[in-house]
Amino acid sequence: MKFTIRVNGVEHTREVEPRLLLSDFLRHEIGLTGTHVGCEHGVCGACTILWDGAPVRSCLAFAVQAEGHEIRTVEGLAPGPGQLNPLQQAFRDAHGLQCGYCTPGILMTMTAFLEENPKPDEAQVREALSGNLCRCTGYQHIVDAVLLASQA
Amino acid sequence: MKPAPFAWHAPEDLAAALALKAQHGGEAQFLAGGQSLVPAMNFRVAQPAVLVDLNRVAALDSLAFDAEGTLRVGAMCRYRRIERDAEVARRLPLLVEALAEVAHPQIRNRGTLAGNLCHADPASEMPAVMLALEARFRLCRHDGERVLPARDFFLGPLATALAEEEMLAEIQIPALPPGTGTGFLEVARRRGDYAMMGVAAVLRRGPEGRCVAARLALCSAGPTPMLAERAAASLVGTRLTAEDFAAAAALAVAEIDPMGSVQASPAYQRHLAGVLVPRALALAAERAA
Amino acid sequence: MNSFGRPLTRNEDPRLLRGEALFVDDVELPGLLHVAFFRSPHAHAHLLSLDVSAARARAGVVAVITAADLGDYWQPGPLLVPPPPVPGMIFNQRCQVPLVRDTARHVGEPVAMVVAESRYIAEDAVAEILAEWETLPAVGDLEAALAPGAALVHADLGTNVAAEVHQARGDYAAAARAAHLVLKRRFTYDRGASIPMETRGVVAQWDPRADRLTVWDTTQAPVVIRNGLAGMLGLSERQVRVVAPNIGGGFGPKMMMFYPEEVLIPWAAMRLCRPVKWIEDRLEHFFATTHERSQIHDAEIALDAQGKILGVRDVFLHDTGAYDPYGLTVPLNSQCTLLGCYVVPAYDSRFTAVFTNRTLVTPYRGAGRQHGVFVMERLLDLAARELGLDRAEIRRRNFIPTDAFPFDQGVIYQDFSRLSYDSGNYEPILDKALAAIGYADFVQRVQPEARAAGRSLGLGLVCYVEGTGIGPYEGAKVQVQSSGKISLATGIGSQGQGHATAFAQVVAEQLGVDLRDVEVTTGDTDQFYWGVGTFASRGAVVAGSAAHEAAKVVRQKVLRTAAAHFECAEEDLVLADGKVHVAGVPDHAITLGRLAGLANPMRGAVTPGTEPGLEATSYFGPASGATASGVHAMIVEFDAGTLRPTILDYVVVHDCGTVINPLILAGQIHGGVAQGIGNAFFEQLAWDENGQLLNASLADYLIPTALDVPRMRLDHTVTPSPLNPLGVKGAGEAGAIPVGALFAQAIEDALDLPARGIEILEMPLGPSRLWEITQRG
Ligand code: FES
Ligand code: FES
Repeated sequence: MKFTIRVNGVEHTREVEPRLLLSDFLRHEIGLTGTHVGCEHGVCGACTILWDGAPVRSCLAFAVQAEGHEIRTVEGLAPGPGQLNPLQQAFRDAHGLQCGYCTPGILMTMTAFLEENPKPDEAQVREALSGNLCRCTGYQHIVDAVLLASQA
Repeated sequence: MKPAPFAWHAPEDLAAALALKAQHGGEAQFLAGGQSLVPAMNFRVAQPAVLVDLNRVAALDSLAFDAEGTLRVGAMCRYRRIERDAEVARRLPLLVEALAEVAHPQIRNRGTLAGNLCHADPASEMPAVMLALEARFRLCRHDGERVLPARDFFLGPLATALAEEEMLAEIQIPALPPGTGTGFLEVARRRGDYAMMGVAAVLRRGPEGRCVAARLALCSAGPTPMLAERAAASLVGTRLTAEDFAAAAALAVAEIDPMGSVQASPAYQRHLAGVLVPRALALAAERAA
Repeated sequence: MNSFGRPLTRNEDPRLLRGEALFVDDVELPGLLHVAFFRSPHAHAHLLSLDVSAARARAGVVAVITAADLGDYWQPGPLLVPPPPVPGMIFNQRCQVPLVRDTARHVGEPVAMVVAESRYIAEDAVAEILAEWETLPAVGDLEAALAPGAALVHADLGTNVAAEVHQARGDYAAAARAAHLVLKRRFTYDRGASIPMETRGVVAQWDPRADRLTVWDTTQAPVVIRNGLAGMLGLSERQVRVVAPNIGGGFGPKMMMFYPEEVLIPWAAMRLCRPVKWIEDRLEHFFATTHERSQIHDAEIALDAQGKILGVRDVFLHDTGAYDPYGLTVPLNSQCTLLGCYVVPAYDSRFTAVFTNRTLVTPYRGAGRQHGVFVMERLLDLAARELGLDRAEIRRRNFIPTDAFPFDQGVIYQDFSRLSYDSGNYEPILDKALAAIGYADFVQRVQPEARAAGRSLGLGLVCYVEGTGIGPYEGAKVQVQSSGKISLATGIGSQGQGHATAFAQVVAEQLGVDLRDVEVTTGDTDQFYWGVGTFASRGAVVAGSAAHEAAKVVRQKVLRTAAAHFECAEEDLVLADGKVHVAGVPDHAITLGRLAGLANPMRGAVTPGTEPGLEATSYFGPASGATASGVHAMIVEFDAGTLRPTILDYVVVHDCGTVINPLILAGQIHGGVAQGIGNAFFEQLAWDENGQLLNASLADYLIPTALDVPRMRLDHTVTPSPLNPLGVKGAGEAGAIPVGALFAQAIEDALDLPARGIEILEMPLGPSRLWEITQRG
């Protein structure tokens, strides 16, 4: 079926099967491969995107359901080509990523979190992070990065 | 892990949704938040031929207290809306306290209470909370409706009293009488995991401080959410001391029937019930003061 | 300017942070086909018949391939690591096959491959494949597998023994006779999985016009895959390009070679003349990507009255899974690492590797070292208790003294050389750890006060060594580009270790350029031809040293070219800030880019014997591995009712020689500890008696979250390795290795278990099992 979706402010119209997962649509239909897939059962958080501003798992929604909603992905964070936004910069400064596979999902979760909690403490950051799995970093530098971003 | 094909319908009103369900019967499944159904479809454990997507039925996204103070939660009301509602937090703190243990914000931003209840996982927190709060469920079909107490809704693991054509359209949670305190505690392996044991306690003190009503519901304690009725009854008339809680815990441990999981043996689950029941009761009692 | 040794941010980050970095599943090609596998639902079964006709007939399905369709291409995989040269050892080689032909030996073993226009359709077709099976008893329990009459994983072998290795030195029996104390216990360590956040995947494209095959693979060893594929497919190596782009974590299992899918996808792409993609889903990952960890040790330690070790004897069983292509790396690591930081005059160790009807076992971060450390550290804890010695003291008394290095352990290591520790200085590490965790205060004040207040607080303190940076070799090519930037290519793959930064620091140090001007390529066989792979904490040591050597040669070439340009002596030149100038005349400088141009003249005669360009390729092969070491200490509190732990403090003091980038090193340690915590407390694969895995999802197999990993405090000592020019030792696995032993000790301490006669002798240990154990007392 044909539908239209807005991602990072850009409209895309595509003909898809209703069963196409939003994660697959973003990655393989419109080439936004920054959103990663780690489990396809809603646990790892790698596929987290913003749906009308709120973080959700894109592997647990069908693409066609997103019609009429505003979707934001990691590609929509940087202010311009070749640039980093303050949260992304903080991740670099604090070494908040290793393989970087979990990172886009974490950036999206933390973007929404920091909007609601601009000055969190470490415990709040860890709580908010707990729905995103990272296998490389042991989380410490991610926590540092989020705290760093919140001090900017 | 990709879902099998299905026909997708996204009606915009309740009548149309119920008509579709009546038309397709057992072939069809309602899709609410999708946070349990879609993973099951991705694993191809669930393969509904027809999905009746309720996300465009605006009328079902409702959350309001009625004149009697009963909270009415529509089928498409997402957790996010409930947990952020100041009035719900004030009047039904048990609900919000337990919601914090349900998965993670990314799931609660889409997941619905009704969807979770229909999934009827006995390890899930919300079914037990509904028992503790004596919720009633309004079940609608294209040609009628009925209201069922929560305790008659859950029949077994992933099994409910919903007939093929029915939808859990609304959850009704009655107001807690003055003097009531509640508490929810669980032990899970990690934040957001299903509980290895969870306890919802509701206690009411009379004017002179004695307990006049008690309800105790547990999750991960049997094939359905479990009410520990003898344990609760033992508390009525007591002064809610530590000894009373210990006695109630001993009864509760005998009443439940935990099934065990990869994470917890039934014996450990019983042990946890023995640890958590007094703690949850103490919490509720303190709040009932 | 000087970047070596500084905590610099990474070169690879910006693209990853913007979502621009290429991972294997990001590869999109015109006409791309997608693969799903029909896999064995049984742990052990004969395949009686296979009907793929319905699947083949489905719209959108391009091919369904079974073992029969492979013809001669159907071959068991190669033996990746041959058995060690230990006299008297037995090794029975049974390698994995591409597709099950007659017998399935573990759940998830691939049986048929569906190639379709989309993964969705491929999965639809998989559901239509009909197989008839005759199920056989599944071998799971290691001891039962060796009992007479046990079901056999490989019937033709007549036994489930995959290998037997006995290594001994000194006279253990005499040591035991002379001992004041002999302690014997059984220790078990159960299976876990590495669970990188990115699963495996392979994309292959055959280009008939160029007569070349390109394969994108989540492998840790692209060069080895290239060589192997060329051989299997009848191509020459130059016709095959293997790219391991950004990899979403490896941790060892992406070093397995060859996975059946790696053999099949390129074959299908050539046969169908269309690009083919297979991306493992998480469910497949639990069955199809290798595991680690099951071992049972019966170990015995003999000590004198002062707590000095006289000898250790260990007999253990190692679960190798259904096939053993990776040889004996894991059990050899266990055997060797058990010796730890200690002088063990007599050592007698014998292991039997056992075939089971489970997923293959190959190295996963730590790679058997955990087990050795667990056994030895536990034995020392038990001995200390018996002898009334402090746990730190018994370790101190047995440390290899500083003047004893290089220290020959007299056993054969996983690299087949004699295990010899290159350098080490253990006491300062222990002292720093004791100070950092506040050991004395904890023992004398904190714990007694906590106990009096009804709190269950415990401390763990364990030591370990880690054999790192083994051979055979790696290489690196350094080249000055005409832009003035430096390119560095090496044959290893990178899975998040920050090689693009650490190697750049090594090169920038030699060539006086900005770290950001060094462009590092790893994991592309077209960029660098030779190599082995990223494993055994060897990237920084071996490839880093090669990069250093190559950069040194390029530095010479730069200076020679500049000397000719300035008509001066090389000694008079200064190389800095990407330019060369004559000392004292900084305004008169020539950039590296221009020098690169001068080194590649378009006209005129070149001096005979010179090569064009400013580039060099070097190889480095250490004589043997470099031995890193460290101490972990932790304070943990248990809820005495629920037995849930909260880690209150965690200290790592580590010595991995010279540090290239402390920020990256810290990240490696943090990540290792997190996996160690998972392995100790959360992660355990659960099987039923039919060999079915019961927790094959991330909802049921629990990897730690940000709330489960504490803030860690790190400190270092530096004892450089004499075996490589940088003095570095590997650090990739150090965080993970000792955590099981640490947890065991801390649990006993917190819950005061010894007083109740309870000992912790197994890992992992979730709260349910821990509760069961504590009920025994
Ligand atoms: S891929 Fe969606 S949560 Fe893991
Ligand atoms: S950085 Fe690799 S999973 Fe997080």
